[in-house]
Amino acid sequence: MAIPKILGTETEYGIIGRHDPDFDPISRTLLLINSYQCEMPPPSLWDYTQESLRFDPQAMSFDDIYDIPDQLDPLSINKVLENGARYYLDHAHPEYATPECANIRDLVCYEKAGDRILDYSRIAAEQVLTGGQQILLYKNNSDHKGNSYGYHENYLLDRSTPFRLIVEQFTPFIVSRQIFCGAGKVGTENNTASTAYQISQRADFFETEVGLDTMVKRPLINTRDEPHASREKYRRLHVILGDANMSEYALYLKLGATALVLAMIEDEFLPRTFALRDPVATLKGISRDLTCRKPVQLDDGSTISPIALQWEYWAAAERYCATFPVEPWGLDVLRKWAYVLYHLEQDPLSLARELDWVIKLRLLTSYMDRYGCNWDSAQVTMLDLQYHDIRREKGLYYLLERRGEVERIVTDMEIDRAVDQPPDDTRAYLRGMCLKKFRPQVFSVNWDSLAFNLDEGDIRRIALDDPLQGTKAQVAKTIEAATSVAELLATLSET
Amino acid sequence: MIHTRKSRTRSGEMLEVMVSEEHHSLTMIVGMAAGDQKQVRRADAPQDTAEAKPASNIKERGETLKEDLDRIIDEIDEVLEENAEEFVKNYVQRGGE
Repeated sequence: MAIPKILGTETEYGIIGRHDPDFDPISRTLLLINSYQCEMPPPSLWDYTQESLRFDPQAMSFDDIYDIPDQLDPLSINKVLENGARYYLDHAHPEYATPECANIRDLVCYEKAGDRILDYSRIAAEQVLTGGQQILLYKNNSDHKGNSYGYHENYLLDRSTPFRLIVEQFTPFIVSRQIFCGAGKVGTENNTASTAYQISQRADFFETEVGLDTMVKRPLINTRDEPHASREKYRRLHVILGDANMSEYALYLKLGATALVLAMIEDEFLPRTFALRDPVATLKGISRDLTCRKPVQLDDGSTISPIALQWEYWAAAERYCATFPVEPWGLDVLRKWAYVLYHLEQDPLSLARELDWVIKLRLLTSYMDRYGCNWDSAQVTMLDLQYHDIRREKGLYYLLERRGEVERIVTDMEIDRAVDQPPDDTRAYLRGMCLKKFRPQVFSVNWDSLAFNLDEGDIRRIALDDPLQGTKAQVAKTIEAATSVAELLATLSET
Repeated sequence: MIHTRKSRTRSGEMLEVMVSEEHHSLTMIVGMAAGDQKQVRRADAPQDTAEAKPASNIKERGETLKEDLDRIIDEIDEVLEENAEEFVKNYVQRGGE
């Protein structure tokens, strides 16, 4: 049975130094994180005690054996923010994980807030750099040299949904959804078939259908089974296949359509499956088809175009919304999804206000027309990269946004609010508000726990197994009234 | 063949779509319940429907964009990183995730 879709995203930003011959991404990332709201006391520990990369027994039936990555160092830098987000060093990148959100519009705000938080960090960090050194940050997924860094989505699902059903029914959707949520990329990487421009930044890097890895042999469906919530009730589907979007419209539609499809899978509503003959090859093929029309091979020998395949999911979703109680945003997503598919059929270039890959394609071709350069030109690669620059005054996406050339979903005021305030309607509210009021006593944090250092030296840890507990409606008065952590914990334990 | 199909969601909102038999797919939402109109964006506005000849809308949209594009590229020239060749060459990331 479909459960409320609690969602969140994780973005790894590309980082590079300028006028910085000894640039080291790790030390610069640490500087960034430390520079953000540096009046905060030293960062709370990230509590890894409950966190482990486990195999899902159902997923194990796929007979793949993978190495389990090393546990992260709990002392590695983590900043838990008052908006409920986590800001940290991941390998050699700054990473921002949004707080848990209860609706997709909120999540657009909190993901966009990440760009601002990183940019505020950059401005603060550059104050202490000398010799004109700068830190540049990019919300993209590839360096054009064969290195990819991730963008991950997380969707809460009912634990009882068979994993095999997710693999069967979600794969064709996620392989083809790039036609509206790809971020666009010049050229190819990772020894894949060459093309001048492709829809997805990430497609070149996926090599298997199902698995646990995220850094090598990347799978279309990731089996990481770490619900950050009650394991009996929930699964957190960790979607690693997407591109990071600059466009709010593409981001909103990506999250909304994906959440609707997952709800249909949970309710076993999808009438038939569209098993692809070779999903990994199809992913790369669709990424190279800027018409979005070339038929792809299905397992039963028939073919279907990527647009028609998305229409099939759309039509099912439309029936689903008429049959089941759906989230309030469901109808708006249906409308935008239909709008986009309709216009992709007419002329993909007509979506140059909505979809990242089209917005960027239009910029690049216009630039090439004016200057007579071609796809191999360094200028064109530079445009491709700078589209994702998060600086409001330099990033090409933000230049277009400032000029009113792109469709927005949320307002600047809403994004500003999401920089400082947690969402009202998930446990992120409790996390964020405790940090606001009791930060010096917060000992450690994880998505599903909060530990406090009590005056007597005791550590008290509270579990937050349900992402829908700890909302503003439930705990605002308690937090406001509490004059000490002990009092807060006493009241919380009574309720 | 195209016909209009109406349905009602559980929350009572009307959803009206154009159904194209050709692709046995649903191609365009043309309207919605009153009360939801305030949320209608340009992208979903009723005048942008199949009846209103979307093809010509697309063309007009394209022409407006083209005029703007010249000015946009002027602005891009002002902000584009210098020494693109070296910049792009030096943009190397370690894998993440």
